[in-house]
Amino acid sequence: MKLYKICSKGRVAIIMQKRPINEMRLEFLSKSSNESFARVVAAAFVSQLDPTLEELADVKTAVSEAVTNAIIHGYEDMSGYVRMECKLYDDSVEIAVIDEGKGIEDIELARRPLYTSKPEMERSGMGFTVMESFMDRVDVFSAPGKGTTVVMYKTFKSVSR
Amino acid sequence: MRIKFANKGTTLIVSILGELDHHSAEYARQKIDNEIMKSTTKNIVFDFSKLSFMDSSGIGVIMGRYKNVRELNGKTAIVNSDSRIKRIVEMAGILKIMPMYGSINEAIQNMQ
Repeated sequence: MKLYKICSKGRVAIIMQKRPINEMRLEFLSKSSNESFARVVAAAFVSQLDPTLEELADVKTAVSEAVTNAIIHGYEDMSGYVRMECKLYDDSVEIAVIDEGKGIEDIELARRPLYTSKPEMERSGMGFTVMESFMDRVDVFSAPGKGTTVVMYKTFKSVSR
Repeated sequence: MRIKFANKGTTLIVSILGELDHHSAEYARQKIDNEIMKSTTKNIVFDFSKLSFMDSSGIGVIMGRYKNVRELNGKTAIVNSDSRIKRIVEMAGILKIMPMYGSINEAIQNMQ
């Protein structure tokens, strides 16, 4: 987590870079049975901070969406590895879900509520909207053929005093 | 995930137990559609009282079944969903096209 300060002439400087108190990395095959595996692991790791059950469920749901996207959109019918990297801070978490799949052509369109590239699969197009709603911030980095990285941030209000 | 079915008149009560995500969605879809075909189903009530987890893949399952019974002029309703599942369902605008009730009986009374 970085704290920025706007300097003169609109320049931005990093004034403090908080260090994570714990980190975890997990890599698994792009099989749908790993969706529940990934969200349970994320929740177990985050529970070190002692958030509320509600907050833990928020994390589980968001991770489930990100990992599902990696499996069905990133890798489609191919098989590959999905990576999940979690960083814990005093009262917050940063979770990155990374695939090396086909990437997203139009990120803005992909994030739009109800948009789906796979309506025939009964996909609702709500994945990113759910992530954004249950986490504080969601960043998406992607380009065609370059894979996709989704980074999600959440501060646990029950933990921060 | 497991699915239990019960019939009340022309209404099929679909109780989903456990976790509904992309992995279990395909199974849920097939199982529910088979049941719709073999019984004299017109309406569907989704009972979510034993649903411990649902993400946006569940929305696809609900919407797909809604479209299937709508072709038979049937209605769809959701009962007993917790606040989190309600939030996801609301986000997708599902509550604009189907009601949510507090109990199965209440749903059935309103759907006849």
